[in-house]
Amino acid sequence: MLTELRTRFGADAAVIQDTCDGIPTFWISAGQVPTILRFLKSEASPRFPMLYDLTAIDERVRQDHGDSPSDAFTVVYHLFALEGARELRLKVALPEDVPSVPTATGIWPAANWYEREVWDMFGIRFEGHPNLRRILMPPTWQGHPLRKDHPARATEMGPFSMPEDRHIEEEVALQFRPEEWGMARQSDEADFMFLNIGPQHPGTHGVIRFVLQLDGEEIVDTVPDIGYHHRGAEKMGERQSWHTYIPYTDRVDYLGGVMNNLPYLLAVEQLAGIRVPERAQVIRVMLCELFRISNHLVWYGTYAQDIGQMSPVFYMFNDRERLFGIIEAICGARMHPNWFRIGGVAADLPAGWEKLVRDFLNHMPKVLREYDSMVMGNRILKARTKGIGKYNTEEAVEWGVTGPGLRATGLPWDLRKIRPYSGYEQFEFEVPTAHNGDCYDRGIVRVEEIRQSLRIIRQCLDHMPEGPVKADHPLTTPPPKDGTMHDIETLITHFLSVSWGPVIPAGEASGCVEGTKGLYSYYVTSEKSTIPYRVRIRTASFPAMQFIPPITRGHMIPDLLAIIAATDFVLADIDR
Amino acid sequence: MNPTLQTLAVTLGILFTLLHVAAVLIWVERRLLALLQDRLGPNRAGPLGLFIIVADVIKIFTKEDWIPPFADRPLYVIAPAIILLTALVGFTIVPVGPGMVVLDLNIGILFFLAFSSLGIYSTVLAGWASNSKYALIGGLRMAAQMFSYEVFMGLSLMGVVILAGSLNLSEIVEAQRGMWFVLPQFLGFVIFLLAGLAETHRLPFDLPEAESELVAGFHTEYSSMKFGIFFVGEYIGLTLIAAMIVTLFFGGWLGPAWIPAPLVFCFKTFAFILFFILMRAAIPRPRFDQMLSWGWKYLLPLALINLIATGALVLIRAD
Repeated sequence: MLTELRTRFGADAAVIQDTCDGIPTFWISAGQVPTILRFLKSEASPRFPMLYDLTAIDERVRQDHGDSPSDAFTVVYHLFALEGARELRLKVALPEDVPSVPTATGIWPAANWYEREVWDMFGIRFEGHPNLRRILMPPTWQGHPLRKDHPARATEMGPFSMPEDRHIEEEVALQFRPEEWGMARQSDEADFMFLNIGPQHPGTHGVIRFVLQLDGEEIVDTVPDIGYHHRGAEKMGERQSWHTYIPYTDRVDYLGGVMNNLPYLLAVEQLAGIRVPERAQVIRVMLCELFRISNHLVWYGTYAQDIGQMSPVFYMFNDRERLFGIIEAICGARMHPNWFRIGGVAADLPAGWEKLVRDFLNHMPKVLREYDSMVMGNRILKARTKGIGKYNTEEAVEWGVTGPGLRATGLPWDLRKIRPYSGYEQFEFEVPTAHNGDCYDRGIVRVEEIRQSLRIIRQCLDHMPEGPVKADHPLTTPPPKDGTMHDIETLITHFLSVSWGPVIPAGEASGCVEGTKGLYSYYVTSEKSTIPYRVRIRTASFPAMQFIPPITRGHMIPDLLAIIAATDFVLADIDR
Repeated sequence: MNPTLQTLAVTLGILFTLLHVAAVLIWVERRLLALLQDRLGPNRAGPLGLFIIVADVIKIFTKEDWIPPFADRPLYVIAPAIILLTALVGFTIVPVGPGMVVLDLNIGILFFLAFSSLGIYSTVLAGWASNSKYALIGGLRMAAQMFSYEVFMGLSLMGVVILAGSLNLSEIVEAQRGMWFVLPQFLGFVIFLLAGLAETHRLPFDLPEAESELVAGFHTEYSSMKFGIFFVGEYIGLTLIAAMIVTLFFGGWLGPAWIPAPLVFCFKTFAFILFFILMRAAIPRPRFDQMLSWGWKYLLPLALINLIATGALVLIRAD
């Protein structure tokens, strides 16, 4: 890859950087960004057709830069090739005074929101971007939050007040002005109606605003306005210890529970060089699949509800309640168990867990058949969802859509199969697909995924290996306690690891999992300290939400709700 | 008994029952839906949770009665009254027992159709007067929905009229002594049922409200008792449609001789109300244009076929 880049763009076009996660990482110059990206997307072998992530790092206070040619800021392009799930990282070093890069929106439309996010968070300009404005923070916000000199705690910012005039100002700033988005207020025949769906609306599943440009009930265009659920999960990573950040990950995709812990821990464990014992891996897989079912049950119910079917959501929440019973018995908590640890899991499975899981496995297939005939087999529901919000595989890849949304277009692409992690290669399961890529097919894929998850859980139940549930490694948390009462050295190490947390070796790594809604990645940078230098969270809902406007054009308001329902997003997951 | 006194007694009796039915339906619907959905529903206040009705009424009366400053005030205030009024007036021609009817009109069915059409003004005006986008879309949907469903609602009843040879509801009930009209007029019954559901704008035809799309549709901006009146109006409308189905297709008050006729009538009507609640629990909402096209493409031709076939059969019999 490096030689290919060098022969094409000159000997000094790319500088390689060693990373412990094995993802090829090259430094390129800002001027060459568009040409190299275009080359990698369409000509290189292998091609990288998906812009997986685009983020930045503020390098100004970093102690240990290693051998990288970094400057004040680094922009990171994370590309993905579906064959073999190969990843590629491109980095661009930018100076402090005028950090700017040419935009990639001409190459990937998906770069639009990512570049807006980097502008919002770091103040890095993307020259030629069609609409470079804040995306997560309020339009009136001062400063760029992920810069290291921006306060991380409310106490550093002085008391907050909202006097009357400021209140009015904020409200005015939130008003939608079609001109800013290049929208006309009327066509030759009609005046358009601009309708706010949200931020508070029963159909949006949380605080998000869709501004619809309507011609009658027909949607001419949609502008999703996100950021109402932004809690600065990435900024918090820069002040929590490696261990105490785990609970924050639980709350990113809050329907995915411990599924969120996994990509973060995969990244940290790579940095620390920890090998997770087999039993811990299988326990992790089982919990992740339980949470996949939990997520899909919530999706299933709300899907029916958004189409106007009142009852299914109650049945599915009942089943989710059964499932939470198991999760509570194992983890002690329900939605946010915060149960995985660096190097393993928090505790061994409780006595009698087999019976709970077995009962659930026996219960589910029966009710799933019932739900099929009630929801997926319903003719009105089919009429509402077939042919709505349709897209093909190329478009999905182009926009960075992964997970069930990608598989519904007919591509059997699942990271658990293509590049297994955490021992998934030992399990037998199918990758469900559908063919039309419409709202109905996305539903069919998820329903089938519930069945496949049940299959994986049954294998966990039948073949749970014996052994420790946490790696024997000094950097695991909580740290190993054997011997602390025998010699002072071990006691001191244990004390420091508990009170300050482990010191993770310098470097960077990203962990990627096939989450409930698609691919999730945590890209962590360490400067050999007790806290991460930077944590980047790549979620599946963010690109899926960005893709909603193109697939709603020409549909009607009820179709927008069907599309929202079939997309299965979580607001915390979009805004982080 | 003095005929005036009797009419007065019947009138008051029906009004009293109706208003109470509307109130009790709050409880019935919530408990029944809960039962169908594996929940408990309101079960805390009083025996079986029945006092929830009182609690609801107190709550709705004490809420702030807010009229949006951007609303068209007179229309905004009148709109909820219309739905209640038309539904109640529509009830005057329904015979609950032999001779027990407020208005024994010769044009009973026409009177019913006229007032059910007038009821639509309520939702349309509410949508318009609220001067809010969601309410407007809801009002427009209601208008379009009713323009298409009114047409064959009337047509679906004409088969019954042909068989009974009268527009008077008491005579129609009497004509069903031999056989309920649901058998010869099954198609008419199904079409009237669907049109009636659309008329009451309840799930699956609740497009003017469509909670997940339009927040609350035409009554988004209504609060307190003005909202409450829409609520009561909807329940009375529901009861009216159920009562009309019973009268026209299920033999009205006719039943076993040992049960008082009004009780038979109430029992049958209640069964249909429960059926409507069941429909609400089970069926998703079609899209607006789908619903209109089903109406025009399938139900209207079917209603016409039903009418022509019934007419032809009656003519052949007469010969």
